[in-house]
Amino acid sequence: MNVLLDHLPQFRDGFLGTLALTAASGALALVLGILIAGFRVSPVPPLRAFGTAWVTLLRNTPLTLLFLIAFFIVPQIFFPGTSPFVLATLALGFYTSSFVCEAVRSGFNTVPLGQAEAARSIGMTFFQTLRMIVLPQATRTVIPPLSSIFIALTKNSAIAGAFSNTELFNVSKLLSDKGFAIGWIFLWIALAYLIITFTISGLFRLLERRLEVAR
Amino acid sequence: MSEVSVTKDPGGPAPAVDDLVVLTGVNKHFGALHVLQDIDLTIKRGEVVVVIGPSGSGKSTLCRTINRLETVDSGSITIDGKPLPQEGRELARLRADVGMVFQSFNLFAHKTVLENVTLGQLKVRKADKKAAEQKARALLDRVGVGTQADKYPAQLSGGQQQRVAIARALAMDPKVMLFDEPTSALDPEMINEVLEVMQQLARDGMTMVVVTHEMGFARSAANRVVFMADGRIVEEAEPTQFFNNPRSDRAKDFLSKILHH
Repeated sequence: MNVLLDHLPQFRDGFLGTLALTAASGALALVLGILIAGFRVSPVPPLRAFGTAWVTLLRNTPLTLLFLIAFFIVPQIFFPGTSPFVLATLALGFYTSSFVCEAVRSGFNTVPLGQAEAARSIGMTFFQTLRMIVLPQATRTVIPPLSSIFIALTKNSAIAGAFSNTELFNVSKLLSDKGFAIGWIFLWIALAYLIITFTISGLFRLLERRLEVAR
Repeated sequence: MSEVSVTKDPGGPAPAVDDLVVLTGVNKHFGALHVLQDIDLTIKRGEVVVVIGPSGSGKSTLCRTINRLETVDSGSITIDGKPLPQEGRELARLRADVGMVFQSFNLFAHKTVLENVTLGQLKVRKADKKAAEQKARALLDRVGVGTQADKYPAQLSGGQQQRVAIARALAMDPKVMLFDEPTSALDPEMINEVLEVMQQLARDGMTMVVVTHEMGFARSAANRVVFMADGRIVEEAEPTQFFNNPRSDRAKDFLSKILHH
């Protein structure tokens, strides 16, 4: 108990750090994932190839390796002086976008083909069809897998702690290095993670129920 | 289309009799199956062509090739003198001029009836919202579902949904309307309400290609009946001629099976 009360500011910063990382990389993953999913079902072969390569590459690479690339190659070669937060967000966001992409694509496949055919036959372009007809109807089926993906993202964000980001895992490491009882630290850290992950699953369940009414 | 109801007058004052849809030597395979074999078909402006034939004869595929929902392996298809372009913006523009009505309605499930009819006008024709709504309501009234404008498709009966689908296609002011078995998924009591709308369209001079099993509609509304079997056009004739005196044995056989029971 004392560990928590004595180091409340650290725990708070760690909590907010994890929250910020999850939110930022989650938003990036969502935008990229939907875009790449569009590429993967596009009638243009180069876009399809790009989408497939993106997913294959990022989904099959260990996240730690992506972090190593983000922290030791990207700043050296491309953007020196990029903040650890941005680099971590990029690594997490890109990695997670491949999973989001596949979830969204599976959602596309649940929308009857006739919907897209009808849209195309009134003269809508491929991307109009995807954005206005297919995506809105796919959303509901995509919500449950997305919820799992974002929960996994929350927990994956711990890796950023090893790369000089202030977040929960980082705080736990600092405190245990100082010799505080590890059991208590872990308990509070775990609780903090649970707060975030339960909130995510709650929000998505709410979203799912909200979308249910809309037809 | 909705405002300007041209009275049908074949060979009337304007040079109305020209070729709107021309298929020349069209072939298509689904794997080993040769679904369309050397199809030549010309549809004139204002003409109502009804395509009939047994299941699997390729009539739906034929209908779908006209707006390139199905690609063809060889041959050419022109609409109003322009060959069908490759997939892309230009094809989208051309499709806007070709109305399509599906067997399974395919109304946008997440949009209200009114939105279904305005969407194409707003996003494809870039029409003004107010004008689009006004036109949509007029069309919905015309097909007899004006009171359902704010409902979702799932809340409508099959016949109502199909009439909305017709209104949605008409909202684009199409040059030609394609009907792919529009009544095949309907309960018998709802078939007539859809056929009546189509009859009215035909009387108003719309160019129509109708794939159907409704022989009554073919008799009364068609200018020409195209009989298909095994991927070929076996016979083309005026409806009275076709139904009373079919030339080919295949057509005789088909008609004897469907007309006498």
